[in-house]
Amino acid sequence: MPASFVPPSPQELFRFAPEMLMTVVATLIMVMEPLSAPEGKRKFAVMTFLALIAGIVLTVMGTNDPGTAFSKMLVLDGFAAFFRILVMVVGLLIVLISTNYLKLEQHESGEYYAVMLFSIIGQCLMVSANELIMLFIGLECSSIASYVLAGYLRDDKRNNESALKYFLLGSFATAFLLYGVAWIYGLTGTTNLSAIRTTLLDPTNHPNLVMLGAATALLFVGLAFKVSAAPFQMWAPDVYQGAPAPVTAFMSVGPKAAAFAMFLRILMTAFEPLKDRWEPILWVSALATMIIGNFAALRQTNIKRLLAYSSIAHAGYVMVALTTHSEIGTAAAMFYLASYAFMNIGAFAVVTYVARRGEKHVATQDLSGLSQTQPLVAAMLTIFLLSLTGIPLTAGFFGKFYIFKAALDANLIWLAVLGMLNSAVAAYYYLRIIVVMYMQPPAESAEELLAPSAGIRVAILCTAIVTLFLGIFPSFVLDFAGRSASLIR
Amino acid sequence: MNLLNILLIVPAAGFLLTLLLPKDNPGLVRNFTLFVSLIAFLLSLGLIGPVLANPQQLSFESNSPWIEYPSIRYHVGLDGLSLWLVILSTFLTPIVILVSWKYIQKRVKEYYAFLLFLLFGVLGVFVSLDLFLFFVFWEVSLVPMYFLVGIWGHDKRIYAAVKFFLYTMAGSALMLIAMVYLYNKSGTFDIPLLMDMMAKGRLVLTGTEGFWLFMAFFVAFAIKVPLFPLHTWLPDAHGEAPTAGSVMLASVLLKLGTYGIVRICLPLFPEASHQNARWIIGLAIGGIIYGALVAMVQPNMKRLVAYSSVSHLGFVILGVFTFTQVGLDGAVYQMLNHGISTGALFILVGMLYERRHSLEIADYGGVGTVAPWLSTMFVITTLASVGLPLLNNFVGEFLVLQGAAERNFLYAVFAAVGVILSAVYMLWMVQRTFYGETPDAVKNHFSDLSLREWGVILPLIAMMVWMGIGSSSFLPAISASDSKILSVVQSKAPVAGKELANAR
Repeated sequence: MPASFVPPSPQELFRFAPEMLMTVVATLIMVMEPLSAPEGKRKFAVMTFLALIAGIVLTVMGTNDPGTAFSKMLVLDGFAAFFRILVMVVGLLIVLISTNYLKLEQHESGEYYAVMLFSIIGQCLMVSANELIMLFIGLECSSIASYVLAGYLRDDKRNNESALKYFLLGSFATAFLLYGVAWIYGLTGTTNLSAIRTTLLDPTNHPNLVMLGAATALLFVGLAFKVSAAPFQMWAPDVYQGAPAPVTAFMSVGPKAAAFAMFLRILMTAFEPLKDRWEPILWVSALATMIIGNFAALRQTNIKRLLAYSSIAHAGYVMVALTTHSEIGTAAAMFYLASYAFMNIGAFAVVTYVARRGEKHVATQDLSGLSQTQPLVAAMLTIFLLSLTGIPLTAGFFGKFYIFKAALDANLIWLAVLGMLNSAVAAYYYLRIIVVMYMQPPAESAEELLAPSAGIRVAILCTAIVTLFLGIFPSFVLDFAGRSASLIR
Repeated sequence: MNLLNILLIVPAAGFLLTLLLPKDNPGLVRNFTLFVSLIAFLLSLGLIGPVLANPQQLSFESNSPWIEYPSIRYHVGLDGLSLWLVILSTFLTPIVILVSWKYIQKRVKEYYAFLLFLLFGVLGVFVSLDLFLFFVFWEVSLVPMYFLVGIWGHDKRIYAAVKFFLYTMAGSALMLIAMVYLYNKSGTFDIPLLMDMMAKGRLVLTGTEGFWLFMAFFVAFAIKVPLFPLHTWLPDAHGEAPTAGSVMLASVLLKLGTYGIVRICLPLFPEASHQNARWIIGLAIGGIIYGALVAMVQPNMKRLVAYSSVSHLGFVILGVFTFTQVGLDGAVYQMLNHGISTGALFILVGMLYERRHSLEIADYGGVGTVAPWLSTMFVITTLASVGLPLLNNFVGEFLVLQGAAERNFLYAVFAAVGVILSAVYMLWMVQRTFYGETPDAVKNHFSDLSLREWGVILPLIAMMVWMGIGSSSFLPAISASDSKILSVVQSKAPVAGKELANAR
């Protein structure tokens, strides 16, 4: 790293304009928050919304001129742009489902949106980090904000527990990661991903393989924790269950997608030369993640917990794509994460709506008869669930299809077969929710369910449309993913 | 746009439009869906002429790209094999809509919408010429059936619906993997193209590959058929489904499995088909006898008919795996026959249920005296089902037995036992239900066929007679398509089999 300070060029600044803009808006919200009247909190949601839209526009404009920035610490390539847009779209959807939730819980405030923006900024940095230290900074920025969000309703015991668990375990994981980074630096003399790759490929300068393995393992612990891959998945169900529903939706999609992006970038660039060594580890982890997630989900009666386990299982499918270490696999993972974002946020939007104030109605039984009381909402949730199951004409089907196709391309036949059978197991618990909605009468004692708020309605409709659209015309996103899957090495 | 594409669009559009109809006007929903299904039926009749003119070739083909990577095409077309199955589906849909007219009183709109969606799914399966497209329709047809059983079924409906869904889903998971593997080897999902590549030696599968690919497809299809011992979902699903669901399930959905075997397993994996024929025939014959024996002791009429399906579909599988022209023709004909006569049986059982609200045979007796026309229709259908000459099933069974005998006389002997057994259990059920003393509960509740019910049952009876006497209207097209498939299979027969074929 050059010791002298080189001022960033205008292009470099423009490449990271979205992050800068969001930082400014988030800070502004923090400053304005104490000065605004309790009735005026709605404007913060609007500001966040606009900042995210501006961020997306700037990112799209930025893709015309890809390249590195800030002494090669950050990089903007198609891959980074793809994930950046994804996390910002996730942000938009979460804002839509949060406003009404916060109003019901009487916790409307600017902090929530500011913290969420900070988390998204962290994720944007993660996906464009070209260097391990930068990656760590992005990860911490995103994680610390997520810890805060998980405990956002500070008077709620479950929120407190969730945040504490997440914080303690998450800190451990990041500590492992940081330790791994330090070792890598010690072994290769650099933290830049491309430089690490060059060092590893250089036969004259081969670092000690045992030490390198240990360092990679440390990194793996940190990354696997963030994507909730086995055997570091234990935190997810408790944290997801305890956090406020919109935050759970956010955590299961945004930080996870960013962490997977990071995972992919590290594996496909820096550690690509060692692929034969990490492949078996990922293979086993992928399989264990799918099995644990699916089989544990079978027994859940709390929807949030069920979706938490299913989210572990879905991380397992993406791990299969990682294992293939090919560009097709990378594109498949990208497509999957995008489709998962929509179907899962859609499902959580419905959960948020059905749970009502204080999240009293989160048992699967609370959905009984939803098809009669709110037929449209039930139909949308059915689309999300069928998509999560992987039924054709929904996004989830093509997501799985591309992943397992990539696995077969890479000759991982057994992994593909076991993965597919796993998704047949998953069908059982998703079907159970449909059974409850469509085949059981509404409980007589149940209080009346009011029509969903405008924000939730928009979020559910948008996600459902995208889920179906990607299920019928997957090329739209897949082509973009395929073009962006090649990373700058 | 050609007629086939329009035929696919009609039920799909009908489904969407039905969803938009007002919820509180069931009459409108019924009339509208009946109208849509009749249009679909009339359109499908237009397919007959061109296909019959040239049954070996594909008619109404349309082939356009859908997804670029991996190359998936919207490739559909018809030949003599799929033609009658398409018409069977469109023919039965207006009938099942009429059957449900009075019986379905709750959530009417969703019910009829799902029926149209189901028609869309099964038509898609029968006309797809792209493996991937085939799979998409295959899975899509699962969803409406799941709801039909799960919402409008009898007491154990949820259990039955979930079991049905999971069984099929597990099978199709394997099928998808096999498809992708095949794609990776060949670079295409197109069925005719794959056949062509194999014929020209541009795609060669090793023995192990062929075996596993064949198995993956075959198991998925065998679950749907269902072949003994993978049949356990069937009695539950049939027994619990509403009448229309049972009819569509037995008459059309089961055919997806047998159709898949003939359309995909045989021509794409001829060697593996030969190698595995022996044990598959064993299972088929096992299924024929087992299904018949279990049917005999069923106290519940619907379950009895359901088990009889296991037995009848054993015949279809047997016919297919004889790899003889008569056997295969008989098998395909038997698919249609089973669709007509078992469909009619389920409808008649449903009519009994609407009157007496029971499916237990023991709750009936002497129905013949209070509802003579209903009983007559039931008896005709039963006779068709057990294979009385001049009625449809006789032709199919005869051809299958002939094919089986050509291959190995013992196969025919064992299979014929099934024919005898089926006469026993069916006639026994008829005797206990329609003759003997009439309990009061039957006496007071029974009315004979209404005009609507006549409209439902007469076309089916007419078809039974027509297909029994005039099989020459249907068989040539089937034969022509079959011989094309068979020539592929025969060309890959092991040496001993070839000599046998040459000797004939």
